[in-house]
Amino acid sequence: MINQDAYQHVRGESVYLDDIPVVRNTLYAGAFGSPLAHGVIESLDVTEALRVPGVVKIIVSKDIPGKNQIGGIIADEPLLAEDHVHFCGMPIALVLAESEDIARHAVKKIRVVIKPLEVITDPRIAFAKNELIIPPKHFKLGDTSDAFQKCKHIFEGRADINGQEHLYIETQGAYTIPLEAGSIKVHSSTQGPTAVQRTIAKVTGLGMHQIEVDVTRLGGGFGGKEDQANTWAALCALGTQLTGKPVKYSLHRDEDMRMTGKRHPYSADYKIGLDDDHKIVAYNVVFYQNAGAAADLSPAVLERTLFHCTNSYYIPNVTATAYSCRTHLPPNTAFRGFGGPQGMFVIESAITHAAEKLHVSPAYIQEKNLIRKGDEFPYGQLAEREAVDSWSSADEQFDFAKLRREVAQFNHDHAFKKQGLAVMPICFGISFTKSLMNQARSLVHVYTDGTVGVSTGAVEMGQGVNAKIRQVVEQIFSIPHDAVKIHSTNTFRIANTSPSAASATADLNGKATAMACEVILERLKRVAIQELQVQNDTQSITLKEHHIYHKNVPTTLSWKKLVHLAYEQRISLSEHAHYATPGVHFDWSKGKGHPFAYHVYGSAITRVTLDCVRGMYEVDYVKGVHDFGKSMNTLIDMGQIEGGIVQGVGWMTMEEIVYDEKGVLKSNALSTYKIPDIYGIPKEITIIPLPVEDDNLAIFSSKAVGEPPLMYGIGTYFAIRDAVRAFRHGASPSFDAPFTPEKVLLCLHDPVKQAEHVHRQS
Amino acid sequence: MTSFILNNETIDTNLPAGMTMLDYVRYHQHLVGTKIGCREGDCGACTVMVGRLKDDQVHYATMTSCLMPLINAQGKHIVTIEGINPADGSLTPVQHAMVNENGTQCGFCTPGFVVSLTNHCLGQSPSESNIIASIDGNICRCTGYKSIERAAKKIDLLMQSLDGSTQPEFAIGQSIVPPYFKSILSRLKEMSPVHPEKMNSNRPMMNGGTDVYVQRPEDFTHSDILTFFDMPTLNEITLNDNYIEIGGSVTVTDLMESELLQSHFPKLHQQLKLVSSTPIRNMATVGGNIVNASPIADLVIWLLAMDATVVLQDHESREIPLRDFFTGYKTLAKSEEEFIEKIYFTRPAEDVLFNFEKASKRKHLDIATVNTALFLRMDGNMIAEAHVSAGGVSAIPLYMKNLSSCLAHKTIPFDDHTWRELQFILQSEIDPISDIRGSEEYKRLLLQQLFHAHFIELFGTP
Repeated sequence: MINQDAYQHVRGESVYLDDIPVVRNTLYAGAFGSPLAHGVIESLDVTEALRVPGVVKIIVSKDIPGKNQIGGIIADEPLLAEDHVHFCGMPIALVLAESEDIARHAVKKIRVVIKPLEVITDPRIAFAKNELIIPPKHFKLGDTSDAFQKCKHIFEGRADINGQEHLYIETQGAYTIPLEAGSIKVHSSTQGPTAVQRTIAKVTGLGMHQIEVDVTRLGGGFGGKEDQANTWAALCALGTQLTGKPVKYSLHRDEDMRMTGKRHPYSADYKIGLDDDHKIVAYNVVFYQNAGAAADLSPAVLERTLFHCTNSYYIPNVTATAYSCRTHLPPNTAFRGFGGPQGMFVIESAITHAAEKLHVSPAYIQEKNLIRKGDEFPYGQLAEREAVDSWSSADEQFDFAKLRREVAQFNHDHAFKKQGLAVMPICFGISFTKSLMNQARSLVHVYTDGTVGVSTGAVEMGQGVNAKIRQVVEQIFSIPHDAVKIHSTNTFRIANTSPSAASATADLNGKATAMACEVILERLKRVAIQELQVQNDTQSITLKEHHIYHKNVPTTLSWKKLVHLAYEQRISLSEHAHYATPGVHFDWSKGKGHPFAYHVYGSAITRVTLDCVRGMYEVDYVKGVHDFGKSMNTLIDMGQIEGGIVQGVGWMTMEEIVYDEKGVLKSNALSTYKIPDIYGIPKEITIIPLPVEDDNLAIFSSKAVGEPPLMYGIGTYFAIRDAVRAFRHGASPSFDAPFTPEKVLLCLHDPVKQAEHVHRQS
Repeated sequence: MTSFILNNETIDTNLPAGMTMLDYVRYHQHLVGTKIGCREGDCGACTVMVGRLKDDQVHYATMTSCLMPLINAQGKHIVTIEGINPADGSLTPVQHAMVNENGTQCGFCTPGFVVSLTNHCLGQSPSESNIIASIDGNICRCTGYKSIERAAKKIDLLMQSLDGSTQPEFAIGQSIVPPYFKSILSRLKEMSPVHPEKMNSNRPMMNGGTDVYVQRPEDFTHSDILTFFDMPTLNEITLNDNYIEIGGSVTVTDLMESELLQSHFPKLHQQLKLVSSTPIRNMATVGGNIVNASPIADLVIWLLAMDATVVLQDHESREIPLRDFFTGYKTLAKSEEEFIEKIYFTRPAEDVLFNFEKASKRKHLDIATVNTALFLRMDGNMIAEAHVSAGGVSAIPLYMKNLSSCLAHKTIPFDDHTWRELQFILQSEIDPISDIRGSEEYKRLLLQQLFHAHFIELFGTP
């Protein structure tokens, strides 16, 4: 079913933040960010900037009427730097001017003297200096110290995973407009309208009831606007509060890249033990998360790394420890997968390490250890289905053995080109791991003409949540799609929302909407019973194609007529429903519980072809079987699959974040940070739905699909590794993602010998 | 004053000639379908169609409006998404295909894709690879492009049904563009094709703008700049005696489409496709690429191996070999006032072999980590004359003098001893530094490998 938003997208008529018509007297903001990553501010001079014609005001930390604090999970992040700066780009002052150009020009005139302090960019160094955001987190299943003693094979190693820039094409931004009596209307490109509202309340000292956050849609989010939209909205709101004027700030790409956090880089140490039969018996893993300069969402991301540290495998003895390490980078934040992918990369590295040493294929060990129904995850929840289902289904569909033979033949026939294969199984838990966030509300209004307006806490950012919610309404009321409108997400209409994140937005808000619709439907059915003077049994009343049926026989009542009747009888045509995912809980003091409503499984095989002369490669295919539950919208779900895979492939290949030792971002533009273009994607992506019978807690049993497919991209890393080893037998590159063409070439060939490059001048 | 047609409206504006078309359409015309993604030509969200009069026809090409000064629109037809939309609120076949294949998710990059695909339908010959090439400058972060590929293939099917009518007629007939497009030809004829003002060296001079608008837009956006772009005298590729002459404002696309060049460089299209993206190639000029003096300028590396000569002009003209034109990092043997009139090189004869190699993090639409070109004039198996160039391995785009002379009189295939000698010279002639594009170690190895790749490409074995 087509996403109705698409019709306006292709005409360029969808409204994003920078497209909102500008109100009279609007001021434009520009943030002055710290030029150094760590230091003490000795002096700040804004006099020259203030003299720029058109500059209206420059805000610094002492101007903040409320609390200078935007930390969500931990209150450790000032909005504007006071005495210290903790990362390069950390906002120190905000210029308000009559135009964007003037604001940007004035920002350059601000002078700051900072006494530099030691800069840490490596999480292991931060760990050694005990710079931790929170106390370490642990998971424990069985007894690893005992189990390792019984292992036939033990392998230890290290894995490193770099971060990832979100690169939503619409940059961060906000537009705040003063309302009467000190209230503020906030347009924000945010995944978390309530987080924006709460942050502004804290910073301005206003009550949350005075702050109306309104979000129509985002030009992409991917987690980057879950918490980090708060800064820009809070800065604009401050500007509005202090000047009484509308304030707009739509970040330039360079500002966005420099000043906002990214996917967390991780470093990890693993130890894996196998028995004679290649069963994994024990797994020890220590994660060093590069959190950046403040907590942001890092503690929650860290938790999900632990939740997914054994991916789709059952390992009876697991000890997992995770440290959230404070460095002087912009605070890293949510990104599709939320720490899970990093956990999976490490276990896949450990398995590949073991397989290479034992001269078996990694797939052999992977398949042998897939989790079975009833097996326990390290966090206590029991698996409700077989991970092996999707693996064997993919093997049946695509014939892994045949694909391996094809690769072997190709490699035999080609000297300068080599192919590599890898299978990537995934298992991803759906629900916010902080159980309280698994709640949502929906406000459904049926108007007297029979049309329906819906407000929820869901933010549309391309994932198609509005289309799915619209489907819920259409299906329950049996009305055509143009009779349903999903309104903007607004904190005056829906309060206390959870962010649109964790793949759970359609589940939570869809279910709340379904509940609201069911309540209204029940009322309408009673009106129908009365009107039709039939037996008082609402079950006998059904709706089909905007008509009312009794015992499957059409009646004289149409949807519109019934709605009008209800209105005349003073029956409410509106409902505000609340949904909370049943059965989810987790106890961190024990490290056990039932955090997820359900898991999403899948397996995909990836092939790459490597140009061994140049070190460049192409992804030939990603083919697999994925557990959609019962997809309610295959077009949208397949879009999430393809987009997720390509984003994952990008993360594992060309997307390389580079900070220098001073904490300055070098990959700070689209010319230096590359995401896949149309030629940089797998030539073929074929993902087949896993046939399923069992029910689940998803909306209409259609499982969440936002995050899981990203992790198929991890297979690309291991496929490249396989190809490298086909060219250079026995090569053992370090497990260090992304596998850029540079790393590949340096693995394929010996470095140029010193004697060969006598310096030109000498 | 700058005059052009924007969608269906004739514009005469006195706004600064250096203002970007992007800011003009969004903030002065309030046509907000054109999106801002990066302001450096790397995402394509701001792509517009630019129609220019040539041979009594309007030729359309995509450009990124973020790097396009208003002045370069003089006498042209600028089309934004609003100028494509059917007036009745319906969709064009291109838009339908994007909707039906779910080629749009968040929608932010979508107008750029629609503009690029529509532009394709107006001029490029139908084929799957051509229609995909039309969107090689559009970045999407949501879809993974697969659905967009499917939409493009559907549009290609429609274009394959082209029957005798010209593509623009067909496009209007199929409602790919609105009927007003019929009137553009006659309206453009009434406009002055080049900016009427004379060149005046006191004002900043712009060519395609694709480098300077990335590096320092604030120096130009408020200025009344002048332009070389589209000056007929600087726009030609000609054969003069035994020399191929390329005007300073010839674009990369002009090079790719030149029958003269294609006949001498069979792999020209494939090699130049590695240079940036379609909309940038439509703007980026040979002169601009040389004057920008980037040590990894693709065209410069290509031309260095042709041992080209630069013709500079101020009040009078002078010549300088391209290999002597770069005096240090971003410095040139050129005065402020001089501009590149043309560049020429000897027409390669039958006995010439040529190859260009480029490695980058992303194969397309990326700046080279290292690039290199090789020119060989063969006498049987013996190399009679050789020119090697390399970028990204020195402060300047490097003509590898020692390596070139060492290659002369060598016989193909090389023995191991010769390879070692060549490698030694290659390594001693370069001086790469570690930077965002790669470490010194990598660049040394990479150039060595690309040098091998030249011989694999030309002779099948290293």
